[in-house]
Amino acid sequence: MNDSEQPRSAGESGPPGSTTAPEGASGLTGPDGGAPAPSPREVSAAAHAEHPHKVTPDDSLTAAQSVASTATTMEVMEANPLRDPRDKRLPRVAGPCVLVLFGVTGDLARRKLLPAIYDLGNRGLLPPGFSLVGFARRDWAHQDFAKITHDAVKEHARTPFREEVWKQICEGLHFVPGSFDDEGAFDALAMALKEIDETRGTGGNYAFYLSTPPKAFPLIVDQLKRTGLTKAPAGSWRRVVIEKPFGHDLKTARELNRTVDSAFKPDSVFRIDHYLGKETVQNILALRFANTLFEPIWNRGYVDHVQITMAEDIGVGGRAGYYDGIGAARDVIQNHLLQLLALVAMEDPTAFGAAALRREKEKVLEALTLPEDLSLATARGAYTAGWQGGVPVAGFLEEDGIPADSTTETYAAIKLEIANRRWAGVPFYLRTGKRLGRRMTEVAVVFQRAPHLPFSKTDTEILGQNALVIRIQPDEGITVRFGSKVPGTAMEVRDVNMDFAYGEAFLESSPEAYERLLLDVLIGDPPLFPHQREVELSWKVIDPIEEFWAKTDEQPEGYPSGTGGPKSADELMARDGRVWRML
Amino acid sequence: MGATTASDISSQLTRLRHQVGAPAVGMVLTLVVVCDESHQYDAVRAASEASREHPSRILAVIPREREEATRLDAEIRVGELTTGEVVLLRLYGELREHADSVLSPLLLPDIPVVVWWPNNAPEAPAKDPVGAFGQRRITDARSAGDSVAAIRSRSAGYTPGDTDLAWTRITPWRSLLAAAFDQPVGKILDGYVEAEPGHPSAALLAVWLSDRLDAPIKVTESKGPGLTTVHLRLKGGEVVVKRQDSRTATLVRPGQPDRQVALARRPTSDLLAEELRRLDPDEVYAAAIQAAASNGSKRS
Repeated sequence: MNDSEQPRSAGESGPPGSTTAPEGASGLTGPDGGAPAPSPREVSAAAHAEHPHKVTPDDSLTAAQSVASTATTMEVMEANPLRDPRDKRLPRVAGPCVLVLFGVTGDLARRKLLPAIYDLGNRGLLPPGFSLVGFARRDWAHQDFAKITHDAVKEHARTPFREEVWKQICEGLHFVPGSFDDEGAFDALAMALKEIDETRGTGGNYAFYLSTPPKAFPLIVDQLKRTGLTKAPAGSWRRVVIEKPFGHDLKTARELNRTVDSAFKPDSVFRIDHYLGKETVQNILALRFANTLFEPIWNRGYVDHVQITMAEDIGVGGRAGYYDGIGAARDVIQNHLLQLLALVAMEDPTAFGAAALRREKEKVLEALTLPEDLSLATARGAYTAGWQGGVPVAGFLEEDGIPADSTTETYAAIKLEIANRRWAGVPFYLRTGKRLGRRMTEVAVVFQRAPHLPFSKTDTEILGQNALVIRIQPDEGITVRFGSKVPGTAMEVRDVNMDFAYGEAFLESSPEAYERLLLDVLIGDPPLFPHQREVELSWKVIDPIEEFWAKTDEQPEGYPSGTGGPKSADELMARDGRVWRML
Repeated sequence: MGATTASDISSQLTRLRHQVGAPAVGMVLTLVVVCDESHQYDAVRAASEASREHPSRILAVIPREREEATRLDAEIRVGELTTGEVVLLRLYGELREHADSVLSPLLLPDIPVVVWWPNNAPEAPAKDPVGAFGQRRITDARSAGDSVAAIRSRSAGYTPGDTDLAWTRITPWRSLLAAAFDQPVGKILDGYVEAEPGHPSAALLAVWLSDRLDAPIKVTESKGPGLTTVHLRLKGGEVVVKRQDSRTATLVRPGQPDRQVALARRPTSDLLAEELRRLDPDEVYAAAIQAAASNGSKRS
């Protein structure tokens, strides 16, 4: 997902209940955060919409989920005589539970969470009796909440709207009005949950989703503790879901963690980094560890350097209030890009369980080293007025809510090295920015040039370096770039692409990241959620850079909107004799 | 195309693809459908619908009169109803015995081949000349004269990669029961599966349950249609799934209110799509047909 499109949490900025989209254009973007022009196949599928089977959920799933009395965790699987790990036809199901959504009036809830819940229901993946409780400072009745949810679903859900699914979800909707410091409201919440347990058989299983600004976390957690909602009676569970930012430096990350830890067991805390819910990101693991083709060259012997890019074409828009003082490095590099780096660079895990995966990711993050002279290994910038995609746009300092003397960066590039046997000497270049020429997220592994070319120099003049590019979004897929002879009598070698596109090989539409992650929370499956230790290790990388930038006391270098970033970033690469990949 | 050859068909397909302006092959498998003329319409339709989820080249092999002069008639359908390509191949005369020679130039390179016999499956699918192309071989016991005997005999010719739609049909039942057993219910004493007479899926479901639950499970007869009831007796209670109509069923569990469950009968295209989703050998199916075979021999 485009990150500035990452919708705001409630109260982050904008007038309460404001429904204006942050950008004129983002209202048009598709529900996966992209603006996917429907592929010809989707169109043809739509043309055959009278055939119901594309729309109807998988029957074996629906049937199983509708009787689920407990989630199919690993322990349950072992105890159940009818289950067999080899029997892949039988789906795993989520047990009855309640999802309590704090910050239900926020942008994230409206654009992602509520639609994702509906989509899960439409695919037959929600347990029977599933209930959704909204909590916000609004004078709403249940019907008002239902109306808001209905509108959000209609506008943003990926699957077609079906009245019977909506009715089912609607039966489980509840709303509790109140502010986060209102004891009465939380008492009412506790009562409401108890009542839902009785009427809908949800068995005391609650997931609390804190879609609020982090400063509200301590309030909410304290109130939950006070009302006893964090304590699960035997045989039931309590989980808490938090969204980034996980603090804005190591110290605040630890404070945040202490707050959450004081009430919930570490294995009931789910930190959502929606990038990890993306199919293409999970595919990095399949690409690396299910194939023999890539692993032998996946090291310093063959790799020249790695570029990880997340470019956005939009500005800060409605997130200005939050963004000022945070900047691109904290907003994107600390979480998404470092997680991508960990997946690309880690050793093979012993298993695909949460513990083994996290262990390997932590090892890589721990081995990250910053170059000694940060002035040569980092670059930052802020966009200035210019033309973006044929539209004139304002500069960062002219945006509403950004002070003219702001030193916040909207573009950040850093060079990192990994001190281990596999990667020593291979630089990893990370960059992210807003208002760049194009929206794109990719990981490019660039290989060394052939040590000797039997061709004459003129033959290979336009031959670049081999590269393997994992395209995360948009147009998910993998590209391999290599040299090939140009047809003709002369010997001339030029770069060509070999392409694997997700949409072509698998027509089954992949679930949206939030759908996958929400379901994992309900089942209690943690591998796709970063652990607190990973969060802290990432801050240890970012903190020195932020300190260095703060010390320079300069405003970031300007770059015109719609271009490839500031000059200093290009110079950073030029010093190493390399160039950024074209945006 | 009347009286043609495989290479003509192949070049015609390439030409058509270039004409539509999509020279890239985005297909994930080749689906070979072997059936007679009377089953052709339904089978190709189901395959085309399944190909919306799994874009494929569908090759329908239709053996025709042995007495006629040896020749190959082909009909190519591109675009319109299918996301891939459909080629109907009608084999006359001696060519009936040499379908493999027609097929091999038409299989897409480097991607899996799935062979499906909507009716009249060979006894050992993997040994059949056409079946030998396939990583996955799908039969359908229900189409046989004696379906229960057919499913029992599958075990003799079984090779990993074989599967039968009689097994696919009970996936919703099995999912439902597995989910119901996620909450421990205790030891099952015995039970029965009720279905219309001669229903192969009922036999499979019974042996699967009996194998997993280690309890005797009988097959009893009802008016149908298809599977109607699964009844499992435990100490002081029972677990029952009873289908009322073609869409819903009731689940009865001890200590819990009865629950209405959607348990629809699925069209063939859905069954096929489920099969195409997993191309790895289904070991659980192998165990089930083996148990079915040994059960059958005990009784007879």
